[in-house]
Amino acid sequence: MASLPPIDLPTGATGKGSFDAPSAGAPDPVRFDYLLRLGDDSLILGQRLSEWCGHAPVLEVDLSLANLSLDLVGQATHLLEEAGDGDKLAFHRDVLDFRNCLLVEQPNGDFARTIARHLLFSTWQHMLFERLTRSSDRFLVEFASKAVKEVAYHRELSAEWTIRLGDGTEDSARRMAEGIDWNWRFVPELFEVDETLQALIDRGIAPAPHEFEGEYRSAIAAVLADARLEIPADQRAILGGRRGHHSEHLGHLLAVMQFLPRTYPDATW
Amino acid sequence: MSHDWPLWEVFVRTKGGLSHRHFGSVHAPDAELALRHARDTYTRRMEGVSIWVVPSAKITASDPEQAGELFEPAADKIYRHPTFYDIPDEVKHI
Repeated sequence: MASLPPIDLPTGATGKGSFDAPSAGAPDPVRFDYLLRLGDDSLILGQRLSEWCGHAPVLEVDLSLANLSLDLVGQATHLLEEAGDGDKLAFHRDVLDFRNCLLVEQPNGDFARTIARHLLFSTWQHMLFERLTRSSDRFLVEFASKAVKEVAYHRELSAEWTIRLGDGTEDSARRMAEGIDWNWRFVPELFEVDETLQALIDRGIAPAPHEFEGEYRSAIAAVLADARLEIPADQRAILGGRRGHHSEHLGHLLAVMQFLPRTYPDATW
Repeated sequence: MSHDWPLWEVFVRTKGGLSHRHFGSVHAPDAELALRHARDTYTRRMEGVSIWVVPSAKITASDPEQAGELFEPAADKIYRHPTFYDIPDEVKHI
């Protein structure tokens, strides 16, 4: 591990504009927070991937990425509807109230960096959802039993691409290595346990991430070995997304995603 | 990128008991990714239960110039067509 302490983004003003969806007063605030964490991960990554639509290197990849995006938006719909009014939570919530991890909000970069982000995230998400099928929470069991199949495909597809780019041309190998390296500092946050998550683990709702951190590290190492890529040196971890302390990128993403329903609140679709 | 990728013909079985049917083609660097491209291109709205991909270059096709000798002789032999009995409506895919 790096000797420097992790960077924890400072607490800013709490975002409570008049347009914000009510987040206080949920009957089970800890469970509500968990639904937001899971739902926001899927929503934000789904939105990021949709930016590739019409821009991917080839038509087939364009469809693949849009397909992953739609799976994730579907997951977010289930999770945010369970948390409350899904549309309000997605489109009328301000950036500081989002609970996604920092990894999913990172810009796409080139195709290799997008694949690197997806490999690092969907491998984690797949291991998490496998365990959520044994949660004490009935909704999460039903949700995860369905979503785990989607995410298994995401994990396999991003591993296949990592291997082909890493073990491809000189240019693709360099880009793939840079993509992994660029996203690597956001991995520790996936295994962070804060007070909220600990409460969920104690109630049997959430799996404890450290139980699969070893499995995760070996799985990523195996893909990188097949791709003839080095495992990056551990970097200074960046934390804070679960508490709403986001990178500057999320605000820009939300500005695009939320523009229409905020500008035309009466619009229906 | 796709200029270097071979073309693959995609065959999809739409449900159990039916044959695989030609759906179209995809570009992909190898068979494994061709299957995934085929899945994402042709079965994303629940159209399939099984996919085959075949390198397009491996397909031997009949010569359009020989269409006359290959196919026309079958056109005027009414006795080759089983048109003299009724097929019940319930029997699909025959």
